[in-house]
Parts: sequence; structure tokens; C-alpha cells
Amino acid sequence: MVKVFIYPSNSLILSDLVDRFGHEPLAMMQEIGKKIRTAGLDSPPINITPEDPKLGLKYAAVEVPAGVRGRMALLGPLLEDAEAGIIVKEPDISFGCMGCARTNELINFLVRAKKVPLLELNYPTTEDEAKAFVHKIRGFLNGLPGAKSGKEDE
Amino acid sequence: MAKENLVKIAQLSCGSEYSGIQKEIETAASMVDAEIIFPELTIDDVKAVEESFGLQVASPDLKLMMARAQALVDGKTNADAVLIATCFRCAEAALVRNEIRRYIHENSKFPVISYSFTERTTAATLLTRLEALTTTARRRNLLAREHQEGLTAGIDSGSTTTKAVIMKDDKVVGTGWVPTVKVMESATEALDNAMKEAGITRDAIQALGVTGYGRFLIGDEFKADLIQEEITVNSKGAVYLAGHQKGQATVIDIGGMDNKAISVQDGIPGMFTMGGICAGASGRFLEMTSKRLGVDITELGALAVKGMQEHVEMNSYCIVFGIQSLVNSLAKGSMPQDVASAACYSVVEQVFEQQLQEVEVKEPLIMVGGSSLIEGVPKAMHDLLKIDVTVPPYSQYIGAVGAALLASGFINK
Repeated sequence: MVKVFIYPSNSLILSDLVDRFGHEPLAMMQEIGKKIRTAGLDSPPINITPEDPKLGLKYAAVEVPAGVRGRMALLGPLLEDAEAGIIVKEPDISFGCMGCARTNELINFLVRAKKVPLLELNYPTTEDEAKAFVHKIRGFLNGLPGAKSGKEDE
Repeated sequence: MAKENLVKIAQLSCGSEYSGIQKEIETAASMVDAEIIFPELTIDDVKAVEESFGLQVASPDLKLMMARAQALVDGKTNADAVLIATCFRCAEAALVRNEIRRYIHENSKFPVISYSFTERTTAATLLTRLEALTTTARRRNLLAREHQEGLTAGIDSGSTTTKAVIMKDDKVVGTGWVPTVKVMESATEALDNAMKEAGITRDAIQALGVTGYGRFLIGDEFKADLIQEEITVNSKGAVYLAGHQKGQATVIDIGGMDNKAISVQDGIPGMFTMGGICAGASGRFLEMTSKRLGVDITELGALAVKGMQEHVEMNSYCIVFGIQSLVNSLAKGSMPQDVASAACYSVVEQVFEQQLQEVEVKEPLIMVGGSSLIEGVPKAMHDLLKIDVTVPPYSQYIGAVGAALLASGFINK
């Protein structure tokens, strides 16, 4: 089993695929979930405090917008843990919406720069492309150490 | 503050939840009896917005902002005012922020404020802005008042100076102006001076209005009839004293600590910005320049008008490095009048670059506040914008006059 960073980082479909094939998805939801469940934090809607953008300074300098650094405070530790990655290019909003283009550019670069096994693929627009899309992801995940057979997916 | 009617502020933003300031926005809103709402949309609305709005951007959250702006203009959301907020230093967001602000202003009656935030933005920073937004939404009838009636007083408790006026039957009959030291004592002294000049005592005052930084403290202490932020009050005072209460106007108030640029329609703010990040763009910079030149602040303007700002090299807008540039120029033999001119130009240029891009500049342009009396400042604004600049009488008392004018609406209550 390896830890797989996914982009879009809040894609439920990608997260589910990674999980089905026996790996650990590194997704935004789990980080926000931790913040929401942490007692004492009350900064709705996702309990990011003004301190978080300062943690993001590790990944992006002070002249970078606060929203990018706040997002990096969540995503940066996931990137550090990543042992593999899947990037879906130009995804539909409903597939997983990453609100800030600058953050997206940075995290896509950082996951590439890690030189871990990485699958980059275009978002499918037809049913045939969608089948090929899942097939490629399955092949990639099966090729990672500790993968399940993934037969239940079929 | 007394509880007032709830005002619904539609928030159009990108990044506020990830900057950790969403709670600050909501806290500031609750302090002015307002509620933050988010226009509801479908995913299809967001997908279609680039084509319908005409602006293509990479960030989905900015598309969401544009779609929400459209929903507001199309009447699909029940709101009273609009807050547009994006991350400071994001170029893409700045483009969207400006364009949707213009779009809402041109296609609806919503009062709008836009703001670019950092993670350091606090509820206190936002309070005056949201207070102005809710006042505009809630007190349109009061703000429509064009004449002062009876005998009223106004106090403007500013960060640098405290001003007071007594007004009677549409005329200023007494003024008081003192540096702000202790808020209450300065306000009392300014009011006493104004009453002395008017030849009245406190019990003759039928209604009192207060504005400025110290408004809550002095308002409570003096039991003021009107406690109101300086954006709506100064707008009203400016158009009243300039004799331009109907139609469009732009009001610029370069204060001791922050600046206001306000686009006004019939005396009511439509769009406005309030700067306050850099002291180099404030009256404080001019105060420091006059000290360095060894002239009184009241003489700086006349000196500046005689000078040529082009003769002085200004390398920085920062109040510290800017003064250093001026000192260096003096050391190299620059004339004091040129340095005074460069200082005025520097302040105005910053207001132009940082704030006037955020509001529609419509003539007449009315400059108010103490800085407007430094002749070099309105001249620099005229030179930069190539339009006539009006400095009304009593321009340094603008907040106090606006407060006294609006307070007369409370005489019979």
C-alpha cells in the first residue's frame, strides 16, 4: 500500500478509486475533516484560522495571496507524504473543484517535482474515454506496491 | 449600538475561507446587525458564466463569484448590499473583483464595497466598511436629507484631529478644531470651542451627531442622537458643502490615518474604498514632510504649489523611505518647494493607484479633510486626473458638518 496524492484533491471518485485498489488516498477532505472535528477551533466554514496561511509560508512566499498559502497549509503536508500521484487535467467542476488556479499550478508542480510514480491524464468527455480513464488509473494503481487485485471494480 | 433592522449582505468572494478570515467577516457583519448570505446557484450557472459574463478566468472560485453577481443582478437572491472580497496580491482576482463591482453598480441599486484581504484582516478592520454598507442600505431616507434644520452639533473624532461644528438653519455658526490626544477630552474641547464661537451653551443643542474613529466612545458619553461611520457622513457633508447634492460626484478624503474614495449618487455612497495599509498615502506623510522642511503644515500647500515635483526623485512610497528620498533630494540641493510638491504628488499618486482604480471617478471630484487645504494636494490631483477638483468651504470640518446635517433629522424624534 502506498500513499497516493490525487488532483483534484477533493475528488470523491479519485479518492474512492485509490482506496478500492488498496492504497491510501491523500485528499483534501481528510484534512478539512480533521479541522472540523478538532475541539476548540471555530472558524467556519472549514475552520482555517489566520495562523494557517502562515504555515503555508513553507510552500509559498509572503507575496503569494493568503488564500493560496491557506490552501497550501492543508495540501503541503499531503504532498510531503505522497509516494505516488494522480493528476487529472482540466477536470469538470463536478468531478472535484479546486477553487484557486494559482494553488493548482503550484501543487501540480510540487507533485511532479517529487519524482514519485505519477499518472497524468485528461478528463474524459465521452463514455469510451471514461472507460479508458478508469482502466488507466486501475493499471497505474495495480502497478504500485501492495495493490489489491481491484477485481471488485470490474 | 441599538439593534437595527437586519441587513442582508451578499458575499461574493474568493479565498476568504482559506485565509482564515471568514469568521472575521461574519463577526463584523453581526456587529452592525447584518447577515452574510451567499447567492444560491446551480453548477450549470457556474459553467455558463464565462460566456454570459464575458470574462474567462482559470480559477473556479472566481467563476463562482461572477455567477453569484449575475444571480444578484437578475433578482434571484434577496439581498440589501454586496461585499466583494478577494485575496490581496491576486491579479486574476483583482480583475474579476473590479469587473463584477462595475457590473453590479451599473445594473442594480445595491450598495457595494470591495476589499482585498490578507490573513491579518480582522473584524475591526472591516467594521467601518460594513457599517457604511449597512447604513447606506438601511438609512436611505436619512441620507437623502439636503438641509440642516434647527440648532445641531456635529463632532468628527478623527485619528489625528477632532473637529466640531455648530449649525443653525442651514449655516455653520461655530467651529472647533483640536489635535486628538485623549478622545473624550479632545471632543469636549472641540465642541466647547465651537459652542463658544456660536455663542451657545450645551442645552441649546437640539440634536448631536458624531462620526470618526472615536464615535462610539463620544457618542455614548454625549448621548448622541446619531452615531455613524465617516464614509456616509463625509459623503453627505461633502456634497452639501460643495452644493452638489443631486447627481454623481466623487469624494476623496485623505485623512491622517486612512483615505476614503467614494463614488456618490445623490449624496449616497454607491462604491467606496477605504485605504489604510500604507502611511505614505496619508496626511501623516505630509505632516512629516512639513516638519522636515521646517514649515508649518498650513504653509506646506502654498510652498508646494510653487514647486515642480518632477525635480525630485522619489524612490519609494513608504513613509520612511519616502521621507529619506526627500531628505536626500534636499542634501543634493533640491529646492524646498520642489520637495513639498513631490510630497503632495506622492500622496495623491498613491491614492490614484491604490484607490481610484476601485471606484468610478465621476465629476465633480470633491476633495475634503484637512489635507485638501494643503493646496499642493488638490493641484496634484488635478494634474494627475486632468479634471477640476473642488475643495468646498469648511472642507476640514466635513465629517462634523455631515454629522450635524444628518442629526437634524432627529430633532423631532
